[in-house]
Amino acid sequence: MPVDDSSALEPRLRVERVAKRFGTTVALDGVSLEVASGEVHALIGENGAGKSTLMKVLSGAHRPDAGSLTLDGQPFEPSDPLHAHNCGVAMIYQELNLAPDLSVEENILLGREPAALGWLRRGERRRLAKRALEEIGQPQMPLDTPVRSLTIAQQQLVEIARALVGEPRVLIMDEPTSSLTQVDTENLFGVIERMSRRGVSVIYISHFLEECQRVASRFTVLRDGRSVGSGAMSGTALDSIIQLMVGRTVDEIYPRTSRAAGEPVLELCGVAGLAKPSRVDLTLRAGEIVGLFGLVGAGRTETLRAVFGLDRLANGIVKIFSHEATRSTPAKRLANGVGLLSEDRKEEGLLLGRSIADNLTMTRLGPGTHLGIVNGTAQAAAAGKWMAKLDVKASDAAQPVGELSGGNQQKIALGRLLHHEADILLLDEPTRGIDVGSKAQIYRLMNELAAQGKALVFVSSYLPELLGVCDRIGVMFRGELSEVRPVADWSEAEIIRAAVGQADAGEAA
Amino acid sequence: MKLAQLGSRDFLKAVRPFVGLFVVLLLFAVDAELRSLFFKGGNFKTILTQTVIVAIGAMGMTLVIVSGGIDLSAGSLVALCSVVTAKLIEHGHGFAAVLALTVLVGGLAGLANGGIITAFRMMPFIVTLGMMGIARGLSKWLANNQTVNPDEPLESVNRLMDNSQSPLTFFPLPDGVWLALGLAVLMTVVLRSTVFGRYVFAIGSNEDTARLCGIRVNANKIAIYALAGAFFGLAGVMQFSRLTQGDPSVAIGLELQIIAAVVIGGASLSGGAGSIPGSVIGAFMMACLANGSGIKDWPNYMQEIIIGVVIIVAVGMDKVEPMLQRFFRRGK
Repeated sequence: MPVDDSSALEPRLRVERVAKRFGTTVALDGVSLEVASGEVHALIGENGAGKSTLMKVLSGAHRPDAGSLTLDGQPFEPSDPLHAHNCGVAMIYQELNLAPDLSVEENILLGREPAALGWLRRGERRRLAKRALEEIGQPQMPLDTPVRSLTIAQQQLVEIARALVGEPRVLIMDEPTSSLTQVDTENLFGVIERMSRRGVSVIYISHFLEECQRVASRFTVLRDGRSVGSGAMSGTALDSIIQLMVGRTVDEIYPRTSRAAGEPVLELCGVAGLAKPSRVDLTLRAGEIVGLFGLVGAGRTETLRAVFGLDRLANGIVKIFSHEATRSTPAKRLANGVGLLSEDRKEEGLLLGRSIADNLTMTRLGPGTHLGIVNGTAQAAAAGKWMAKLDVKASDAAQPVGELSGGNQQKIALGRLLHHEADILLLDEPTRGIDVGSKAQIYRLMNELAAQGKALVFVSSYLPELLGVCDRIGVMFRGELSEVRPVADWSEAEIIRAAVGQADAGEAA
Repeated sequence: MKLAQLGSRDFLKAVRPFVGLFVVLLLFAVDAELRSLFFKGGNFKTILTQTVIVAIGAMGMTLVIVSGGIDLSAGSLVALCSVVTAKLIEHGHGFAAVLALTVLVGGLAGLANGGIITAFRMMPFIVTLGMMGIARGLSKWLANNQTVNPDEPLESVNRLMDNSQSPLTFFPLPDGVWLALGLAVLMTVVLRSTVFGRYVFAIGSNEDTARLCGIRVNANKIAIYALAGAFFGLAGVMQFSRLTQGDPSVAIGLELQIIAAVVIGGASLSGGAGSIPGSVIGAFMMACLANGSGIKDWPNYMQEIIIGVVIIVAVGMDKVEPMLQRFFRRGK
């Protein structure tokens, strides 16, 4: 058969009934997938559905036990990620894989440095790096800056530029927006569109269905290692995709029981940090959830850290339960019933090598602690209680937290605040990078806590969840917090305008 | 079922150093000469006595390493404290005062280590490297660059490490061995079951998380280094007792032996893992190897090579085990 004729019919990448098991665990159990040339294909599924295993098979990190891969009609059997890349299948991982101290240029060509007899060809490297950055529409990116000093969004762009070296035919992106703000996400979508127009096929993995809908033309849903459905993105309602993902109907993602705001529990007057925030005024009442929206770098995380006593305050007054408590340390805040959930559960939030029990109870190693000796049985019992309550999937309370999935890890991090019986919960991106099912559980939990009279500050870069969960929302821009208004008084467009500093322009228009 | 799983995970971790020791003893049992001379009560008394200094040092070092730090000043502090012991005896102090003041000197040096590390956010490696030089210099200055031999020996201190009483039987053990064993039990409980112990592990696992959990990281670190220094001070008393003189140039490189014992005992140099029983067994194993090599009349360089190999093998087991598992799984 002549190649020209078949290439019109053959998809760029065809995955047929791929299976993969690890010991007794079946990771993939018959996954089929077709991606046309220039198509953006969303791969959707909960954590543990097999997305990352499939990606590892495609990128050559794992060999499939059964099934076949075809790239442009040719059998595709990558032996390792470099081989896959050379065949034209490039991968951008969820976690950034950059060498922070090397420059942008060095990172883009890392591992594929143009060389002659072992001598680096610097001019050629510069040319290739420049071209890769131009291709993603970032020609202004400084080539000699160490990657460490770039923002997360810029680092992500460097990672994409790196994937583009060597003219890939298929580009796989794993949760590329998990640490990006809305504006950076828009930029990224522009890059994806540009690549798609050039005929590069993109497999786009994301938990954010709205994003998939925005960027992808077709989708495939994975559940329990199988592909359970695929179709055109435009003709499919989000609810039916969610139904495919979880295998059940999700009638209510954002539950909201009636609750009434009570006494002020946390008052911030003109709070400023050393660099950020520059001015924050906020009154948080018992039984309410206040959302903080803003771009990455707007000072939301810094606000929470300063309030919690992790960073120094430069100015302002903090009152807790109407008592002034401006100067503080995390230990004092915890003693006053304030808890912080870190945005970065791997680097800061959790002791990955320690047990679930230790992680859940670290701030309050009791009950049953006498003379400084921890009662292990009571600790394990307390941990067991929270694991059941939060529906944590783990073998037992002694399992190291690092072995759990992202969603379960987050439940442990949140469970620590519950075990501590914190009355004021400062939650920084509590649903980042976790599966839809766990997200829904966390929303439910937040609603429950507010109904119990606890006060929550909810920082998020994902507007729909803020609108769904919060009673009031404030927007931060360059270290300043806007007026905090009830959710009903905001429109989505207004919030975004405020986040990019265009609130007034919007009103004038 | 769940309990059994929980048990097996902890059990395997706890048992690893014992397995290493068992293998060493097994290899010794194969050799006829060693069998007849090594496995004797009197010889084990000697080995235990030889273990004491490294074991006591290892208890302090375990705290430091589990918390994610390192203390290179251990050897120099042992030398300094052996000289301090000699000087205190020269001044006619009694047993309790000698012990308490020497331990205090070690503790103060540790306090300085911890204070500088936390106040200036310096690397423990650098600060304790500096302290290593300072303590060595101080001990030479204090001892006038020669050994210090008290004119009137203090019998109670000398007896700590004296194993010459009925040399052919296991009992009676010297006081120092009992002291070390008692401290090992105490420190096992401290590290495993107290709030302070949990904090040590938490700080070593992830300092940022520890801070987030309201743990006073700096105060705990200072306490850890001070406590470690106190242990090095006690090891210094033992060092004096062993030689019955204060020697400013003794225990050079001892810190590396101590670190080796802790690492053989299952601790991770990146922090968050380790145990007192493991470290003590590690120290005991190294003493067994030295003793066995001595009996076989192997030259010193052989001992050094053997102990070097043991360190790499003991720590390498952690890495090799999963590789072997993967290999066999693939085979199936």
